[in-house]
Amino acid sequence: MIEVRGLAKNYGLFRAVDDVSFSVQRGDILGFLGPNGAGKSTTMKMITGFLRPTAGTAVVDGHDVTRDPIEVKRRIGYLPESAPCYPEMTVAEFLGFIAEMRGFRAPVEKAARIRRVVELCHLDGVLGQSIETLSKGFKQRVGFAQALLHDPPVLVLDEPTDGLDPNQKNEVRAIIKQLATQKAVILSTHILEEVDALCTRIIVISRGKVVVDETPDAFRARRPGARLDEIFRELTRGDI
Amino acid sequence: MKQISPLFQREFLGYFRTPVAYVFLIIFLLASVGLAFFVGQLFKGNQATLEAYFTFHPWLFLFLIPAAGMRLWSEERRSGTIELLFTLPVTPLEAVLGKFLAAWAFLAAAILLSFPLALTVAWLGDPDWGIMASSYLGSILMAGAYLGVCSLMSALTKNQVVGFVLGLFANLVLVFLGWSVFNGALAAVFPQAIVDLLANFSHTTHFDAFTKGIIDPKDVMFFLSLAGFCLFLNVLALER
Repeated sequence: MIEVRGLAKNYGLFRAVDDVSFSVQRGDILGFLGPNGAGKSTTMKMITGFLRPTAGTAVVDGHDVTRDPIEVKRRIGYLPESAPCYPEMTVAEFLGFIAEMRGFRAPVEKAARIRRVVELCHLDGVLGQSIETLSKGFKQRVGFAQALLHDPPVLVLDEPTDGLDPNQKNEVRAIIKQLATQKAVILSTHILEEVDALCTRIIVISRGKVVVDETPDAFRARRPGARLDEIFRELTRGDI
Repeated sequence: MKQISPLFQREFLGYFRTPVAYVFLIIFLLASVGLAFFVGQLFKGNQATLEAYFTFHPWLFLFLIPAAGMRLWSEERRSGTIELLFTLPVTPLEAVLGKFLAAWAFLAAAILLSFPLALTVAWLGDPDWGIMASSYLGSILMAGAYLGVCSLMSALTKNQVVGFVLGLFANLVLVFLGWSVFNGALAAVFPQAIVDLLANFSHTTHFDAFTKGIIDPKDVMFFLSLAGFCLFLNVLALER
């Protein structure tokens, strides 16, 4: 579903992402781990076509993001870090705008699409509220609803549970798990327990390079009995 | 290009979802009509024209259009919604045009809301409606050119104040080139041919003919191509 080939991004002389390659199949939930500044978000932004790679490319469902970014964007649902939304719009207005941008212009279909994600993300109570008045948890759910609206085959979620309380975290994880059976999901996180609870694969990225690409079981087997964060620390020591 | 319509709607209605629209419209009308009455001596001129209203537009636009245009792109950059926008299936050109056209329509509405002034003149005397119409047309076209410049400046920065100052300065240069006082000073240094050439790049030079009732395709093309050129650079500025 997603083929990342030799992705690299330079910011001036600084190489933020260096030759990152991996692939994600339908049904996979890929946990993207790494310290802050390791290049997780930059990699995701290149896969979604927001940033242009310095080198390499990503192929999503057969479409090359450097050659055909619009087709790639049609197939991806993307939740950017901290879920930016237009603050002055109400939730209903915002989802309506997203629906139209995603090509659902006919009133019946538009309403049906919105209804589906509103139910999925439990937004019924806040539809008429402007986004700036929402709590962090609700904002995150609006961002989630926006990413799911067109039922995309690929989901890219940048720290989807960041800033949520434990109950909300569980809820978001349940939604991701429920959706993931028919989708390819990439999610980045700092929370190692989340990887354990959700992911079918782990990629650890450190200083722009992939240092680990394996299953959670293999990851744990690196040092039997050790806590995940101890293994993580050892692998990313270069970043400190 | 069919993505322009939802973008246009979101942006245009966005003005009315915040106090921006109301503050802007009230200040714009107070300033433009106030100048016509108190500085332009609309009544004392004892003529059934709106010349006293239109003659201040190049100067008024200098401050008010950067105020309306500064948010176009810097706001998206600062709040991070630009990431949301450009991971939707939309090309930079569509996004630039959608936002520009919405802001232009808003400015056109602000200009046309001075219609009670036209009605007053018509009630008191017998105005030349042709001149009135061409003046309105010229003013709206000129507003588009100012706005094009401001949209480009806004795309260069995530700071709205910087966007405002850059937009004001760039437009100031374009006004000065055609201002008789400034031209007089230039003529003392440069040959007249060069002064005339420079004056050709000015808002005021091209606006004057409209206020006399002349719709010259050259003047129309000037405003449209100035806006078009700036929007072209705007698209380039947004490519990453």
